[in-house]
Amino acid sequence: MYGKRLRALALTTFAALTLTWVLAFFWAPDDADQGFLQKIFYLHVPLAIVTLGGFVYGAVAAIMHLRTRDSRWDMRSYVAIHLSLVFGVGVLITGSIWARGSWGVWWDWSEPTLVSFLLVMLLYATYQPLRFAIEDPERQARYASVFAITAGAFVPINFVIVRLSTAYLHPRVLGNISGNLPGRFQVVFYLSLVSMALLWITLWRYEMTSKHAGAQLRALRRRLSGEDEDTQPRRSAVPTLGVEAGAPR
Amino acid sequence: MSAPGVSAPGAGPRVPRTRVVLAALLRKELTVELRSFEAVPAMTLFSVTTFVLFHFALSRNTLSGDLASGVLWVTLLFAAVLGINRLFVADAEQGGFDGFLLSPADRSVLLYSKALTLLAYLVVLEVVAVPAFALLLLGPALWPALPGLLAALALGDLGIVVIGTFVGALAVRTSVRDLLGPMISLPLLVPVLLCAARLSSPLLGAGHVGSLPLRWLATLALYDLVFGLITFAVFDFLLED
Amino acid sequence: MAVLAALELRGLTRRYGERLALTDVNVSVAAGQTLAVLGPNGAGKTTLLRVLATLLRPHGGEAEVLGHALPAQAWAVRGRIGLLGHEPMLYRELSARENLALYGALHAVPGTQRAQELLASVAMERRADEPLRTLSRGMVARVAVCRALLHDPELLLLDEPRANLDPAASELVEPLIGRASGRTRVIVSHDPAGVLAEADLVMGLVRGRVALLAQAAQTDPQALAELYR
Repeated sequence: MYGKRLRALALTTFAALTLTWVLAFFWAPDDADQGFLQKIFYLHVPLAIVTLGGFVYGAVAAIMHLRTRDSRWDMRSYVAIHLSLVFGVGVLITGSIWARGSWGVWWDWSEPTLVSFLLVMLLYATYQPLRFAIEDPERQARYASVFAITAGAFVPINFVIVRLSTAYLHPRVLGNISGNLPGRFQVVFYLSLVSMALLWITLWRYEMTSKHAGAQLRALRRRLSGEDEDTQPRRSAVPTLGVEAGAPR
Repeated sequence: MSAPGVSAPGAGPRVPRTRVVLAALLRKELTVELRSFEAVPAMTLFSVTTFVLFHFALSRNTLSGDLASGVLWVTLLFAAVLGINRLFVADAEQGGFDGFLLSPADRSVLLYSKALTLLAYLVVLEVVAVPAFALLLLGPALWPALPGLLAALALGDLGIVVIGTFVGALAVRTSVRDLLGPMISLPLLVPVLLCAARLSSPLLGAGHVGSLPLRWLATLALYDLVFGLITFAVFDFLLED
Repeated sequence: MAVLAALELRGLTRRYGERLALTDVNVSVAAGQTLAVLGPNGAGKTTLLRVLATLLRPHGGEAEVLGHALPAQAWAVRGRIGLLGHEPMLYRELSARENLALYGALHAVPGTQRAQELLASVAMERRADEPLRTLSRGMVARVAVCRALLHDPELLLLDEPRANLDPAASELVEPLIGRASGRTRVIVSHDPAGVLAEADLVMGLVRGRVALLAQAAQTDPQALAELYR
């Protein structure tokens, strides 16, 4: 079910990314202040936006999971969150590189976006240990969903609060986007945003397909061997899908 | 035919009143804590010891303003985390969840009783820790700052209670509950810490007592409200087996 | 004599991750009857009991307890079921009387008279005010019986009830949880011969499936021993 049109999606993503980077390097002009380094902005900000979108989607999928008790929603939430965690590390690294290049420091507490991002990452980093610490699969899924919802609410709220608390010594990046960016910057930025989103979605679908296929394979094996294994395999933080062998999903 | 003292079965469940259930649960919490001393003494002692640690770590005899506010709130937070870790342990280990879930009582009442219990722990903690802080580390006088500080403590406690009850219930039935509790609650408590510390620092300023910054008051209150609502909404899902 | 079924299970299924803990369990138990559930470890007996107690939701099939469908109408059934599990579900720091006062409040049982009577009938009156952690396991088990019966449940779910009781205590407890109590009962047991004597229906569970379901009077203990092979 998730495997349909996966190849087309992957190709589109690759094309979008390629186009973005070609344009970023050869078409968009260099920034007056920051020069070549400014290009990292095209990577850092879209990564951040997509990461946060992923966490919010993880919360929405978690709400659906609690409402429907369908383990597929839990899988969607899990994959979204753990993919966003990976992207989030990228955000922190690119943010740090940019800060170093622009202002000479590897970390700056007065950049509220980066600070709130760190906080969000610290929270979501506990998601997998939480899952891993609960053996009962149904309870694991349920508790993970409760966590994902609360953490999802935390994301916007903590951004507002941290922003309130920091002195703005540096130009606010997000503020610059809508108003002040001249034409070419905007085009490349939005293109980059779209291609990052596509990248996230493609990776998400790849992982969903893989997990789903794995579950179906195990169900088939169980059918063939007559459900003989009494012992649960190694503990895992990964959700289990209650898949019946042969049932098309 | 029934055994002596047994009325005929089939009377149907009577749904108990919330007040009655809450009172019974609170009485249980108080009794268990007074007999086992699992949470409050440790929290209190920990806070005083931490003040001593800060003295040696910072090489300062007195603190004021931002530093005082920060040291006080971080200490309170870590002591609170100890309490959060113990909050649901007796119920998880002695089958109390099942016993409660089998009854017709409204499940939210457990949330209220645990929240009130944690609040009680924090109040007792602060009755000892705040004077101890004034004695050991605080430079300016405590007395003039007290009304404002009480307001900050009240709202901060509310935030700790909301997050703490949520995380306590989440972490208790996991294999590493003592580790997950702090790991999950501390990021969620950062906004509470932030607002409470900003609220308190003008009060503890050297020279004169500043006024309460209303902005942080409102922010903290809103944070408490939002996460209070979320905890209320998801609590049931944490109680199920 | 037409009796309303106290328990009606049709195709009841419960998963544990990708495995099935219970598969396609079908049984009908009339009011006042006793169902004995036997089977090797891990067969799903405790899971079945917990589903009936409304502590676990069914994942498939239908379950009706005391005329109400689970999980949708679980609220209507709570308070009419008494569960006696492996854990006593009592707070060790509280005394027997205090524990029963707590559960009485949770179940809206008025006053202390019922608790008093139950404690007397299991001979725990004398030590009713001492914290449970000072009592022996057998005594705590007796108090657990009081807890399970405090709200006068129509349905009793018993998980190896004799396990923590000495013969004297077993005798004391018999009129409360035995056949004579008139309640519908589901007993999980590891004692085929013993349980046959007090059951109407017998179910054998093996790896979550019903391997045997018959009237107790017509069941040969040998057949039950086969379940454990």
